[in-house]
Amino acid sequence: MVDVTIGAAGPIQPAEVQDVELYHPKSWVTKYVFSQDAKVIAVQYSITALSIGFVALVLSWLMRLQLAFPSSFSFIGPGEYLQFITMHGMIMVIYLLTALFLGGFGNYLIPLMVGARDMVFPYVNMLSYWVYLLAVLVLVASFFLPGGPTGAGWTLYPPQAVLSGTPGREWGIILMLSSLILFIIGFTMGGLNYVVTVLQARTRGMTLMRMPLTVWGIFTATVIALLAFPALFVGSVMLLLDRLLGTSFFIPAIVEMGQHLKYRGGSPLLFQHLFWFFGHPEVYIVALPAFGIVSDLISTHARKNIFGYRMMVWAIIAIGALSFVVWAHHMYVSGMNPYFGFFFATTTLIIAIPTAIKVYNWVLTLWRGDIHLTVPMLFALSFIVTFVNGGLTGLFLGNVVVDVPLSDTMFVVAHFHMVMGMAPIFVIFGAIYHWYPKVTGRLLNEPLGKFHFWITFLGAYSIYFPMHYLGLLGVPRRYFEIGETAFIPPSATTLNIFITMAALVVGFAQMVFLCNLIWSLFKGKPAGSNPWRATTLEWQTPETPPGHGNWGKELPVVYRWAYDYSVPGAEQDFVPQNLPAVARAA
Amino acid sequence: MSLTILFFLAPVGVIIAWWLSRQRLTAQPWLEVGAIGEVPDTSASSLPAATIGLGVFLAVVSSLFALFISAYFMRMQVADWAQLPAPKLLWLNTGVLILSSLALQYAYVAARRGRMEDVGNGLIVGGLFASTFLVGQLLAWRQLNAAGYFLAANPGNAFFYLFTALHGLHLLGGLVALGRTADKVWRGFELNQVRLSVQLCAIYWHFLLALWLVLFSLLTPWVGDFVVICRQLLT
Repeated sequence: MVDVTIGAAGPIQPAEVQDVELYHPKSWVTKYVFSQDAKVIAVQYSITALSIGFVALVLSWLMRLQLAFPSSFSFIGPGEYLQFITMHGMIMVIYLLTALFLGGFGNYLIPLMVGARDMVFPYVNMLSYWVYLLAVLVLVASFFLPGGPTGAGWTLYPPQAVLSGTPGREWGIILMLSSLILFIIGFTMGGLNYVVTVLQARTRGMTLMRMPLTVWGIFTATVIALLAFPALFVGSVMLLLDRLLGTSFFIPAIVEMGQHLKYRGGSPLLFQHLFWFFGHPEVYIVALPAFGIVSDLISTHARKNIFGYRMMVWAIIAIGALSFVVWAHHMYVSGMNPYFGFFFATTTLIIAIPTAIKVYNWVLTLWRGDIHLTVPMLFALSFIVTFVNGGLTGLFLGNVVVDVPLSDTMFVVAHFHMVMGMAPIFVIFGAIYHWYPKVTGRLLNEPLGKFHFWITFLGAYSIYFPMHYLGLLGVPRRYFEIGETAFIPPSATTLNIFITMAALVVGFAQMVFLCNLIWSLFKGKPAGSNPWRATTLEWQTPETPPGHGNWGKELPVVYRWAYDYSVPGAEQDFVPQNLPAVARAA
Repeated sequence: MSLTILFFLAPVGVIIAWWLSRQRLTAQPWLEVGAIGEVPDTSASSLPAATIGLGVFLAVVSSLFALFISAYFMRMQVADWAQLPAPKLLWLNTGVLILSSLALQYAYVAARRGRMEDVGNGLIVGGLFASTFLVGQLLAWRQLNAAGYFLAANPGNAFFYLFTALHGLHLLGGLVALGRTADKVWRGFELNQVRLSVQLCAIYWHFLLALWLVLFSLLTPWVGDFVVICRQLLT
């Protein structure tokens, strides 16, 4: 590898970034369906992910209805309840969050933000989407097969995942594992594109340290994902063999209904290690793009450069590296060696340091900024608050002695929904409000957006704050029905009804969002090319929405970093990245 | 689990750290505004994107097999483990795979020296040897099945079938790429249009050969004994 260092004097070779030969679509089908254009693929990813996400949202309503009004719904039995939990969790984490952040935002933003014409392997990129769609369809198919989807919980722990007492044992678990395997294959195809595009296709002047933090977040998350998803792949393949061909990788000797099963000697703990070796990095696969996007939203809408850009980049890298050495904190109650617990508690708490750096930097960016409370900004601010809230309960749960009593209660549910559910979803909403004008050329309706924001934000806190309290009372998670206990007061039932009401209201607010998306596509206010007066390259395209090849005849040249807001002496309060230095020197 | 993973993650971490160390992460971008003609370059590698792409893909494949191998070691510790006697045929297969790799290396050298005919020959011979290897692996499966070593009978057997199958699938994918490259040569493409493809095929083949040697050594009994000795020393 030969790196050319920055030479202030030396002339720039014209062929530094070679222009690529693009595939030019000839028909409607190759332009909008089997498209190799990253922007179209991004929209395809986003629509698919949001659609399947709505399915998971409805599942969460059904669970909440059952918890608030036990035994009032004839179509929700214990088996169905477990199936709803499993599918809700898996869809939200993998098929919505991962796919939307990397497949959706990654595809749209990486080429535009680094000044490339497209991803480096467009054909593979197209395949990535179609394999992802296939994975989603395989998953959805399990709803319609005998026995329904699997009810093994989103962690799919063996042995119960393949035993006959678990719902969906016939087809559900097979389809779930196959779908995961497909998803990982599809993701790898996309991931290769995201990484190599950032490495090789940046335009002239776009050094790594001039990249917007969004690209840094997505890039690092993709590297983590490429190394961590194989663990889930290994676990899924081996569990599939256990289920289909009777091998004993994970299943120990078991007597079921008085019958000795053919399994013997397998190690369920091995699956837990594999699952969480993927599962914990997965948290950061979702969080790092969110961190990056939030940094850009805050900087743009507070008209101020991001505070401590270098630290932000280093923190992203540090979090990425640390995310590989904390996985066993999900396994404190698995009976593993206590020294392991000590080690993993330490690494878990260390991760709080780079994370805290990021939070401080966001707050310091806001300090004395010219804060515009636009909808994207509102969502970005709510992310910071929510992420801090969820992160603090994470410090509780990261300690073994606190985790053991709380592990199986609603406290954990509240914790991870705050930190990994609501926080990234807020960023997704903020990002959609922010970049929708670039994708469609029209702004989303602002009053509807504010309505959506306030209901979602306040609603989320109405749902999850009381849930922490329920957890401290000892209300267990995963239970279909609590029934009569000696320690849970009747007021817990009232609280459950309140939470369910809040969940239904928040859910309906998402319908408003959906209507806004569709309505604004046709009737929204025309946005112009740079409605937020932002500096990054995607707002400087010659056309909005950007045309095929993004940049017209010539690639942009980058002269500065991505955060020149409110520069003293500049003509405007922002200086685009591709504006030559003259303006600033004046 | 953790030890094997460390063996894998450490080199990956070193490569990433080395790469990062050359990216001027200590730069202060807010102070560096490039005037015309002074725009810093992107510090992208001079290697083609496809080569970098293959490198990243090989890292993913390594991660996959490192995790399989760590699962193998963990599962080995349970009492019901029985090592499967590796069929003699595997030695022959290994030889064939080495020949296949050599043939592709020959094609690559020929491509660099501009001898188009030898490129075609090298690719075809390499492809034939690789196919022979795959057939040989299937024969080894049949021998084992005939001898009563079924997939589900013991985790040792299951891992054997799993490893060979996954390695075979990766080789099969490589054969598709090889076929496309050979097709280009056949249809008389210019040398500089196929040189990169030939090089990437050769790299992938060498990688799969190295991977096979690792897997093969794991599947032969003496490595199992060696691991047991190491574990006793460590504990």
